[in-house]
This record gives sequence, structure tokens and C-alpha cells, in this order.
Amino acid sequence: MESYALLLAATLNAGTVLAIASLGLLINEKVGIVNLGAEGMMLCAAIAGFATVVSTGSDWLGFAAGMAVGAALAAVFGLLVIWLNTNQYATGLALTLFGTGFSAFVGTGFVQAKIPERSSFAVPYLSDIPLVGPALFRHHPLVYLTVVLALLLIFFMYRTRSGLIMRSVGESPESAHALGYPVRRIRLLAVVAGGALCGLAGAYISVIYTPLWVEGMVAGKGWIALALTTFATWRPARVLLGAYLFGGVTMLQFHLQGIGVDVPSQFLSMLPYIATIVVLALISRNPQWIRVNMPASIGKPFYPGA
Amino acid sequence: MLKLEARAEPSGAWTYASPLLALGLTVIVGVLMFTALGKDPLRGLEMFFWLPIKSGYPWGELLVKATPLLIIALGLAVCFRSNVWNIGAEGQYIIGAIAATGVALLADGQSSRWLVLAVMLAGVVGGMAWAGITALLRDRFNANEILVSLMLVYVAVQVLSYLVGGPWKDPMGFNFPQSKNFEAVARIPRLFDGSRVSIGVLLATAGVVGLWVFLFRTRTGFSLQVGGLAPAAARYAGFSSRRALWAALLISGGAAGLAGALEVAGPIGQLTPYVPAGYGFAAIIVAYVGRLHPIGMVLSAILMSMFYIGGEMAQSRLGLTKSLTGVFQGLLLFSLLACDTLVNYRLIWRKG
Repeated sequence: MESYALLLAATLNAGTVLAIASLGLLINEKVGIVNLGAEGMMLCAAIAGFATVVSTGSDWLGFAAGMAVGAALAAVFGLLVIWLNTNQYATGLALTLFGTGFSAFVGTGFVQAKIPERSSFAVPYLSDIPLVGPALFRHHPLVYLTVVLALLLIFFMYRTRSGLIMRSVGESPESAHALGYPVRRIRLLAVVAGGALCGLAGAYISVIYTPLWVEGMVAGKGWIALALTTFATWRPARVLLGAYLFGGVTMLQFHLQGIGVDVPSQFLSMLPYIATIVVLALISRNPQWIRVNMPASIGKPFYPGA
Repeated sequence: MLKLEARAEPSGAWTYASPLLALGLTVIVGVLMFTALGKDPLRGLEMFFWLPIKSGYPWGELLVKATPLLIIALGLAVCFRSNVWNIGAEGQYIIGAIAATGVALLADGQSSRWLVLAVMLAGVVGGMAWAGITALLRDRFNANEILVSLMLVYVAVQVLSYLVGGPWKDPMGFNFPQSKNFEAVARIPRLFDGSRVSIGVLLATAGVVGLWVFLFRTRTGFSLQVGGLAPAAARYAGFSSRRALWAALLISGGAAGLAGALEVAGPIGQLTPYVPAGYGFAAIIVAYVGRLHPIGMVLSAILMSMFYIGGEMAQSRLGLTKSLTGVFQGLLLFSLLACDTLVNYRLIWRKG
């Protein structure tokens, strides 16, 4: 039982990374922009966050640095895609290639660096409940804040006027433009916000999840986060659910190894990627279902007057 | 305010000028970066843009690295022209190398010299099969090919790691995770003695000609591109988008697999965890910078190869890391995409 409580705890932790990044990408896609640069932004944010924590000792400054880097890179991407009308897929890919190289380049000095040991986190009283306590209530505050973030996003998107405008930009930029909304500025804002969240997720990886810096340490989590938005049919609550599900798959490999399943570790390491492919195929199987839920202008450029 | 005005038709001059302008921008950012790091920018640029083309020996190296890049890019050009986003060439390259290794390890001293053909063929089939998974899932399940092909890269890396650490590990290899060295008959023949350039260069050249003929002189090539540009028009004309999808993925997968076979049985000579060198991703940039045109991609493959060699020299001579290569590659694609705006739009200054 004890080991299942730990598995659940690890699942929440791993799921949080995916949830934060995927919620950010959801904001992007809701206004019609797909940012394939997620992996690159997360890597740059991971090294920025890690370096900041190493030199200042403050986790929260590390998160802030990660968010700033994510937002800055997303802004460059946004300017290219939204104002210069470049192809979204190619531009995002350029961002990922650049980010992968740049983070490795900047990070060489930090490969051996260590973050000081920090006290573990615990919600008072609740964390003492047997099994449930260690599983649910001994996490970094960000784990709980992520749930709050998802709830806020749901409220914003479906209960506020700004959220409605945002969604209308994604459904039909032409109509939103005709109604007088600054489509490009809204899109840029959403892209930057999404980048900041990807950055936060990246910093969480290098500061809390595995507190160290290794080249390419995001290991495809940015891509899995991208797949999650489709999996969730662009609904924040389902993004959260999917993120924990995939966090569980990621952690399952260690659990299976722990209980002595005799399968080469490489096959267990494939699990999250194969699970992503399988789930993507199953969800996408019904084109109608995807078409109904997908923001209509996704991946399409919009240039007023063009 | 600076505004973009759509051109009536794409500017011919900018089609050629934009990659050069992009290269210029990349160099400028590179200078700034070297300066920021306290390294002499001229020395840095020398590593990337002068040393690789200076003396006799690196010229061969330039071709050694340009060959796989070009072969993969040729295949990707078919994909991108038909609007199929295969970005998992790296995975197809790895599986191609693995399949080629499977055949190469069968060889012994008595094997025929023709075995090398089977090695290359295995690479092609391996790459095709891996890309075929993406095609199947896209075709049958409508799964996004970008994400599927990319996820398969990570899976391929694990397959490679399993094989070199397990079944194919060289028992005499001091416990290093690598296969034994291939027999001479299984190695790709070299073009000249004393140079690492292999007959892969000839295959790449044939590929350039082949792609040119396919794209611009055959009906299938034409229909592929129409399907990419205007799916509705293509359907009306009776071109099948499903066939285009399969063709594009199988061609690019086969090309990437061949590149993997040429590499593992060529310069490397054994299966190691270092077989994947990012060529599959760099080839995407090669394809774009070369304008998806066979001749253009020859030039951009050589340029990208310079970046690889420059990264290695910056590491050995300036004490910087090889990952600079990736930085320059990313920067180049970024600048190219930005500069390409000028092909289709005019920058105008308008008040208000």
C-alpha cells in the first residue's frame, strides 16, 4: 500500500509539469496558434530557472526566471507568426531546435551544479493522515496552484467577457476583427501567456521535479503536453486529468522496475511515448468529434486586410 | 507605421536573396553571442565559416556530413511539398541504422561484397517501416503526424539503447554499449583511398537528379504538390490525398533510413548510442533553407555541414560546446522564416 501512495504522489508531481505546460499551450491553441516550440521554451526555462536557483537560492525567483524566458521566446515566436505571417509549424520547430542547442550551450557550466537541499513540503495536519497524507499532501505548493490555475482558466474562458473574446478570435479571427477586436494583439498576448506557463513548467522540472541540469532534460514533455491539448479536446479540466494520467504512465515505469518486473528498462522508458501515440490515435479516430471541439482557426494565419 | 503589403506575385529576387540575408543575420547574432561570451568573434566565425572550407582534408569531411543531411532533406522535401509534416526523420534514420546493422552483423569473412547492397536496402526498408507507422495512424486514425512521428523518435532511441546494451552488445567490447565492428564486406565502399567520403555522395547526387525529375517532370510528383497546396483542387482532379500521404512518408522514411545505413556502415562502422547526431532534425532546416528545391538543398546541406564541423572545432579549439551547432541551426531557420516574408510581402511605411 505504501508504495502505491508513493506512486500516486510521484504521479501528481510528474503530472503537474505536463499540466502547466499543456494549459499554456491550450491558451495558445484557443486563439488559433500552435506553438511547436514548447520543448525548446521549456529547456531554456529549465536552465534559466536552475541557474537562478543555484545563484540566489530562491525557488520562486527560479520560477520567475523560467517564466520570463518562456515568455520572451514566445514573444519572438509570436511576432514572427502573427506579424510576419510565417508558417506556425516551421517557426515553432525553429524555436525548439534553437532552444535545445541554446540551453545545452548556456548550461555547460551548470552540469555539475547542485541546488541546496530544501525542507520537504507538507500541508499542516492533512499530511499526517496515513497513506492519503504522503500521497496527496506533501507536495510543492505549485502542485496545488496548478489545480487552482486550471479552475481560474475555466472561469476565465467560459464565464468572462474577455474569455469569450479570446475564444472568438480562435474560432473566427475574421469576425473578431470585423467586430473591432485587435486580433493580432490578443493572439500575441495569449502566445506570451502560454510561453510563460511553458517556462514555468520547464523551471519546475529543473528546480523541483529533478533538481539538476542535464542537456535535453525535458525529454519530450513539451511534445506530450502538445498532444494533451488534443487529447483533452481543448478543455482545461480534461487537460488536467490527462496530465495526471500521463504523469502516472511516466511514473509507472519506475514502479514496475521497483516491484521487479523483468522487462528491459528501455521498454519501460518507451511507455509514455507509446501511450501518447495510442491515445492520440484513439482520440483522433473520430474526425467529427475533433472538428466540433477544435478551435476553427487553429494553425491558420490571420492578417487583417490581406 | 511599418506595414506589410501583399505582393501580386512572389518576388523572384527575394526568393534567392532571403536565404543570404538570413545567413547574414545568423552571422550577426553569432558575433554578438561570441562577444557576449568574451570570445573573439572573428576566431569564432573562422571556426564556422572559414576553416571548414580552407584546406584539403576538411573538404572531404564537409561531404561526409553533408551526405546524410542531403539524403534526408531530399526525402523531406517531398513531404513538405505535399504538406505532410514528417518531423520524425531522426527516428527513421535511427531505425534505418538499426536495420542495416541487423544485416551487417550477419556477415562473416566469407560473405560476398554484394552484401553491402543488402545493408543499404535494409536501411531503406527500416526507415520506410518506421515512417509507415506514422502514415498508418494518420490514414486510419487521423492522428496528427507531427506528434506521432516525433514521439517515434524517442521510441527509436530506446530501441537503439536496448539493442546496443543487450542483444547486440559486443562481447569483446569492454562492456561498452556498442555492437562489434562491421566486417569489411558490410562497410560502405569509399570513393577514394585515404578519405572518409563514401559512395553515399554518389547516391545523394543521384537523389538530387531523381527528385528534380520526380517533382518537375512526373505526373505523380505534380499531383503530390497540388495535393499539398490545394487539397480541394487535387480531389477534383482525381488525385488521392491518401496516396500522397503514404508516398510522401514512405519516400522520406526510406531516404532517412538509407542515410542511417550509410552512416552506421560508413564513417562509424558499428552501432553505438552516438549514431543519432541530430541529422534528422538538421535536415528539416536544410530542406527549408534550400527552398525544398533539389539544387538549393545541395547548397544548404553543405552550409549545415559547415555548422557541424564549426561546432566541433569550436569545441576542440575554443573550449566551447558542440551544441553551438544547434544554436546556429535554429537561428538560421528563424531568420530565414522572417526574411521569407519579403518574398510574399512588401514592407511599406504608412502614417497612422
